[in-house]
Amino acid sequence: MASLDRTARAFLLSELVAGFALTLKYMFKPKVTVNYPYEKGPLSPRFRGEHALRRYPNGEERCIACKLCEAICPAQAITIEAEPRDDGSRRTTRYDIDMTKCIYCGFCQEACPVDAIVEGPNFEFSTETREELMYNKDKLLANGDRWESLIAANLHSDAAYR
Amino acid sequence: MFAEIHTFFTTNWLGIAILILLQCLAVTVPLLLAVAYMTYADRKIWASIQLRRGPNVVGPFGLLQPMADGLKLVLKETIVPSSANGILFIIAPMIAFMTALVAWAVVPFDDGWVIADINVGILYLFAISSLGVYGIIIAGWASNSKYAFLGALRSAAQMVSYEVSIGFVLITVLLCVGSLNLSDVVIAQSGWFWNWYWLPLLPMFVIFFISALAETNRTPFDLPMSEAELVAGFHTEYSAMTFGLFFLGEYANMILLSALGAVLFLGGWHSPIPYAPFTLVPGVIWFALKIAFLLFIFSWTKGTLPRYRYDQLMRLGWKVFLPVSLGWVVLTAAVLTFGGWLPKP
Repeated sequence: MASLDRTARAFLLSELVAGFALTLKYMFKPKVTVNYPYEKGPLSPRFRGEHALRRYPNGEERCIACKLCEAICPAQAITIEAEPRDDGSRRTTRYDIDMTKCIYCGFCQEACPVDAIVEGPNFEFSTETREELMYNKDKLLANGDRWESLIAANLHSDAAYR
Repeated sequence: MFAEIHTFFTTNWLGIAILILLQCLAVTVPLLLAVAYMTYADRKIWASIQLRRGPNVVGPFGLLQPMADGLKLVLKETIVPSSANGILFIIAPMIAFMTALVAWAVVPFDDGWVIADINVGILYLFAISSLGVYGIIIAGWASNSKYAFLGALRSAAQMVSYEVSIGFVLITVLLCVGSLNLSDVVIAQSGWFWNWYWLPLLPMFVIFFISALAETNRTPFDLPMSEAELVAGFHTEYSAMTFGLFFLGEYANMILLSALGAVLFLGGWHSPIPYAPFTLVPGVIWFALKIAFLLFIFSWTKGTLPRYRYDQLMRLGWKVFLPVSLGWVVLTAAVLTFGGWLPKP
């Protein structure tokens, strides 16, 4: 009897029909795709994206050239050179990040005593040439100016958990 | 003036040639458009089965995507491998594409709308679809690559196996119609939609459809191109428009077998209900709708089923379909003879 049942099921294609019914049902379900360039998924305040060098509200750059980020960077992507400025304060003359080396671990922002170097919420910084990914101080400061409001909001919302 | 034009196109050899050429264009241009949008429909259907969106960026709703893909294929470089047989390598995709187009000559789109109304239409179709194997075999051999060669062998074995059962399916339909002319096949199915042969010959319709899947190398029978084993099967070494011809040929073949299914089992150009307003819709539209329905099942199948193993494929072809279809031929013949329903010659 069992074999008869099995044969009948095989010839009536019952399993095929069940499978086809399932896929037909799925065809009318709502799509789950995030329509990327037009809509984007949510980002955590801790998201580690493109780097930025921040400034104080009075326009003075935060970085004091302590080189802790350069020391902790596991990929050795950061290069810093520093000299005393005319007013006697110690500042960087060179602050480069090789974005092709960076592994986005976030150690640089953890190490920074003055919240100068941070990884911002921007993840759309692909370039057409490799050279454009060798960031210098100007580029990083420009990033800081551009993303400051978002970065500050993220740091503020995350501060309670650190 | 009008009479002169009429005589030119019916008696002068040049006039007849121009007329035939125009007829061919009238079939192939819409066919190639249909192929282009079949790829689009395919991708949309698979996408919605997998809860994705499918192409939606090029043009409104991604409708220009097939054009962009076609343009890309045309503009790319055709690479002929240095160890390949150059001439055969180029000829193979042409054969595959040409056989898929030539077969359309005998397909009736409406009452009298057929390029070549020959009385062995089904035999012609069957012969042409068998010739399609040559394109694939030659491609596999001329590529001089192990993946292409194995893919071609599989493809040939598969197409030959399933053509046997398709042959028996055709014979059952012929027994019911009493003619090899495709227009006669459609005329024999006039009336309500349950008069079409899909219901009286339902098992044969199922066998025909599954064999059509195997014949066109579609899932679950896409072993010749199983990526995990054979890279891309017989067209591994093909690029640009040579690959494009295989691709077009494959889709044109799919549409052809759907058209054949519509003619043999779904009443061709007939409307499902033989009264107005349904009969007012042109037959071509009904025919196109039936083809579209079968093509939808083609894509639906591809979105649903996994791939067969090779021995399972052969087992299904030779040990299930062949006996069942042969038995059904005998059964149909017996019922027609003893029931007194044999078609009058």
